[in-house]
Amino acid sequence: MENSDPLLQVKDLHTYFYTDDGVVKAVDGVDFEVFPGEILGLVGESGCGKSVTSFSIMRLVGVPGKIVSGEILFEGQDLLKMPEAEMVKMRGNRLSMIFQQPQTSLNPVFTAGDQVSEVLEIHQNMPHEKAWERAVELLRLVGIPDPAKKASAFPHEMSGGQAQRVMIAMGLALNPRLLIADEPTTALDVTIQAQILDLMLDLRKKTGASIILITHDLGVISDMADRVAVMYAGQIVEQCKVDVLFEKPYHPYSQGLIGSIPVLGRVADRLEVIPGNVPNLIDLPAGCRFAPRCRLREKYNLDICSQQKPSLEEIQPGHLVRCWLYQSTTGHQAPIKIS
Amino acid sequence: MAEQSYAERPDLIRVEHLTKHFPVRGGILQREVACVQAVDDVSFTIKQGETLGMVGESGCGKTTIGRTILRLTEPTSGSMFFNGKDVFSLKGRDLKEIRRNMQIIFQDPYGSLDPRVPIGDSVMEGLKIHNIGSAKEQYDATITMLKRVGLEEYHARRFPHEFSGGQRQRIGIARALALNPQFIVCDEPVSALDVSIQSQVLNLLRDLQQEFGLTYLFIAHNLSVVEHISDRVAVMYLGKMVELSGREDLYRRPLHPYTQALLSAIPIPGARGKRERIILKGDVPSPLNPPTGCRFHPRCQFAKEICKEKEPAFIETEPMHWAACWHVNP
Repeated sequence: MENSDPLLQVKDLHTYFYTDDGVVKAVDGVDFEVFPGEILGLVGESGCGKSVTSFSIMRLVGVPGKIVSGEILFEGQDLLKMPEAEMVKMRGNRLSMIFQQPQTSLNPVFTAGDQVSEVLEIHQNMPHEKAWERAVELLRLVGIPDPAKKASAFPHEMSGGQAQRVMIAMGLALNPRLLIADEPTTALDVTIQAQILDLMLDLRKKTGASIILITHDLGVISDMADRVAVMYAGQIVEQCKVDVLFEKPYHPYSQGLIGSIPVLGRVADRLEVIPGNVPNLIDLPAGCRFAPRCRLREKYNLDICSQQKPSLEEIQPGHLVRCWLYQSTTGHQAPIKIS
Repeated sequence: MAEQSYAERPDLIRVEHLTKHFPVRGGILQREVACVQAVDDVSFTIKQGETLGMVGESGCGKTTIGRTILRLTEPTSGSMFFNGKDVFSLKGRDLKEIRRNMQIIFQDPYGSLDPRVPIGDSVMEGLKIHNIGSAKEQYDATITMLKRVGLEEYHARRFPHEFSGGQRQRIGIARALALNPQFIVCDEPVSALDVSIQSQVLNLLRDLQQEFGLTYLFIAHNLSVVEHISDRVAVMYLGKMVELSGREDLYRRPLHPYTQALLSAIPIPGARGKRERIILKGDVPSPLNPPTGCRFHPRCQFAKEICKEKEPAFIETEPMHWAACWHVNP
């Protein structure tokens, strides 16, 4: 996979929100790549900037938000420099997105068939009857029972799982190269979640599309993603192959996150705890953003963490970490050496 | 806990044949046209100091059970005994008195605190209603409780919007504990919280249980969280209890096909490809019109003729391990 050129390259992306209280640095220097056919997991807690990153890629950041700087190269073109008219053609066609709340993301006054066929009518100038037929086919593809009848159903007549299938059908109608799935199963029950995740894997196999999967559920990431990027306070703190993350996480935040979730079949008396809360994105710590909550900083007695920002460095092939534990600079010797 | 002493421990909570139907009214006369069978003939016990976990998907009736046994909604039929006292027959002063001993922690830490009341007053309210101690004593008790859940005295004067989700859930816990209850219903107490905060709250609940000898009914949809905190676990499906067992037994050897599917559907970090997943067909049917016979039969891979016709009984298939299934109990 990594031999080919990346489908999407995000370079030094900054998206800020200008509020009355100050500038919220929701995304503050994010870099990553997505290769063709790959599933990249983006994981982090609420407010870490994972959704804003995806909205930035789609150029759907609204006032008071603004993409301040950076590049988003998709198939070699910078989406941020593209005129809006062309971007409209991109959305749905080459890039597509599905959202967390399926029932509120669908238009309540149109039927499922209308909403799926609309995509085809607008982007491919398909006549209505033909688009409707194709919509029914798509609904069958995503596993809606009795699709010819369900196409005439309104969103309120569907369950959460069915609504999410309709969203996926809309997202895939034009066979996009990149699908951004923002917490696609968070609002669903586990047995339905399993169905939807299975469907996404299946569709990736059939269409070869790349997927950016955004979630806070490490279990979902582990089941689905090829590579994973862990976000904290607007930045990526660790990025690597998914099995590597669960075997040997390097960043103290990744370690804490993995340790703090109860895992089925592994009963511990106490759960590991990351002390404190996520920092306020208006008033960020001067050095490493995780430093105030970091136990390893205390253990190794590092002063640099609260003074200087670490950068995202490749400490092993394909494994990037943003942490002073593994980086040296003038006057600072990394306490942990990785050969 | 040794098995012998477990059996000898007294039941604090005994629920028998609990049923709660919500009528659906329609037409100009507002006649009852249908009813939602939210909870249907559910029985269980909780021992003193025990945590009973209750899991199931949305609409399975787990929240309704929690609310009904506290009489926050009135039951349709059945009985519930707290320390041998029949809670459903109590009225007036006796009911108020017993409510001191039974508290609830809600799911949504944002919606369950009055936005216009300083949180200290919210925590103190129960003490005032029950007239416990002087004003000074009430204040001191409130501060002690806030400190116990990890907040400070100055927080008492602040309003809910000034707190994060995790802090609000701590306030909810302090409020539930203020009256020194014996039994607490925890209704999805951590599902609205981020994972790093979730573990803080779970650890706190466990510490408080040991410190005050609390008994919990812990309701959640997250099976990993329930496994972590519970002694025994009950699985609900569409208003029915389908399985009840000790934690280890249930997670190692689930009997009911629904429990098996539910457990296999949970993605486990770092275990990709090492487990076989059972994918259930279709959606959960509506409790307005549940399937005949076993309510799980339309989605069950083992369904036979009898499953469509007769409802399976809830039977102690193995010692301390109950299941309601024709496949398990032919």
